[in-house]
Amino acid sequence: MFVKQLSIFLENRAGRLDDALKILKDNGINIISLSLADTSDFGLLRLLVSDPEKAKQVLKERRFSAQLADILAIRIPHTPGSLSGVLGSVTAAGINIEYMYTLSVGGGDANLALKTSDQERTAEIFKEQGIHTYSQEEFS
Amino acid sequence: MIWNESKECMPREDIIALQGARLKKQVDRVYHNVEYYRKKMQEVGLEPGDIQSIEDVEKLPFTTNEDLAKAYPLGLLAVPRSEIVRIHATSGTTGKPKIGAYTRRDIDIWSEGVARCLAMSGVTRDDIVIVSYGYGLFTGGLGAHYGAEKIGAMVIPVSTGNTTKLINMLIDFGATAIACTPSYLLHIAETLEKENLMDKVKLKCCICGAEPWTEEMRTQIEKRLNIKAFDIYGLTEMMGPGVASDCEYHAGLHVWEDHFLPEIIDPATGKHVPEGESGELVMTTLTKEGLPLIRYRTRDLTSLKYEKCECGRTMARIQRFKGRTDDMLITKGVNVFPTQVEAALLTIDGTTPHYMMIVDRVDNQDTLEVQLEVEERFFSDEIRGLEELAGKVRGALKTAIGLNAKVKLVEPDTLEHSQGKSKHVIDKRKLYE
Repeated sequence: MFVKQLSIFLENRAGRLDDALKILKDNGINIISLSLADTSDFGLLRLLVSDPEKAKQVLKERRFSAQLADILAIRIPHTPGSLSGVLGSVTAAGINIEYMYTLSVGGGDANLALKTSDQERTAEIFKEQGIHTYSQEEFS
Repeated sequence: MIWNESKECMPREDIIALQGARLKKQVDRVYHNVEYYRKKMQEVGLEPGDIQSIEDVEKLPFTTNEDLAKAYPLGLLAVPRSEIVRIHATSGTTGKPKIGAYTRRDIDIWSEGVARCLAMSGVTRDDIVIVSYGYGLFTGGLGAHYGAEKIGAMVIPVSTGNTTKLINMLIDFGATAIACTPSYLLHIAETLEKENLMDKVKLKCCICGAEPWTEEMRTQIEKRLNIKAFDIYGLTEMMGPGVASDCEYHAGLHVWEDHFLPEIIDPATGKHVPEGESGELVMTTLTKEGLPLIRYRTRDLTSLKYEKCECGRTMARIQRFKGRTDDMLITKGVNVFPTQVEAALLTIDGTTPHYMMIVDRVDNQDTLEVQLEVEERFFSDEIRGLEELAGKVRGALKTAIGLNAKVKLVEPDTLEHSQGKSKHVIDKRKLYE
């Protein structure tokens, strides 16, 4: 139902993003999707990877602050209004979206990763509406 | 102008005789009135009769910050409590603030000390003096205030925190002198320049203290405001501002030796260093009634010059401060110890994180940045979570040291972790060079 997202804390310093990505490359970890959120002082790199546990392990060994979190990854039709419809039913249930980004997987459909204030309930809503929710195995 | 010529210009042998007599009396008083001192003297086999002149001062035990903390709040009181008319306190280093407790006579002597300093800066009864040190527990505001009143100047107690109001008072009343921290005065100068008000200012001098400042800052203050800038030194433990200040020759801070006995010791051995050499400044209050201190270790590193100054004063001069024997730093006029910052960080989740304090002076304003390593337990996959962490740290620091610090989150292992006692302060201000 959920997929493991790897988050990495990055200081706003030249080369840090590259350093992190190199560690993943050297350990044969494939990046399925990537999103970078930033403030004036730091950045937060959010990744879906082929082997999240191993990725976290190798990053920690190299003294990066990294963490795994359960998030929802969904596939919706690539048509006008489909995202709005999906999110509408989530917000109607009084659930907040903490963050969201698009996934670079899948063919003609739109794919999204999101974390909400009530993940279990959000997953149920998606299930009720027949929205495909990715499992970790689909990425490994 | 010299406020009290008979004292300030006393021949050296008379100073020594006066100090000897006062030291003898002071030691006798504390021995009989303060159990803490009596015990400390008895521990080294001393009795009041052993102290006859200032030659004997080295026999006396030191008083340290640890002693003050143990005796907090009024354990060192040498008079009945009812004789005390006022309390002051420092911002509180590592939990326990240092206390000043004053009898009526202590307040008089304090005012005399400040009056001498102000007169040295050219202040007379015709002057209009703005006091923009904080009024309250901090000694700066009331200390400068009483000294200026003693001279007979007109005092405007603006205190701190409202630059607009200060500038209005400065211009509307045609103030001729101002007492505040040097960094704040530069901020005032900047505001005056920005608002094109400089030609309305009638200031002729400033009396700046409560934080170390550089020769470059003095030059800037003098040039930008077209005034004479003077340095005033003091510490709450001794009484507050007005322990010493510099004259128009800027050749060191004249210390009021009739009320304070300064010594320079080697901080490692506790022994006097040869005259003129650098070491830790140790001071004894010679006339203080309420809370006398015997051989108090100031932790300030400096040297003393005894020869007569060109200004005519004979009182010894404290030379340029070269640093501190502990890790205290003064930023924005507030004394800060890394241990306080550490204690504040400890409240975040109960363990001490890796941190570094970076003190700088940008456009003559002190800045304090605390860098904190984002270890796994602090980590959040939400920006909001990380910003909340920074906010929490800011709040804890504000509570602990009363300062607004910039909090910067950094990656693990990016700060220097030395073995054992790690180095937690980077001071980029170069105050002691």
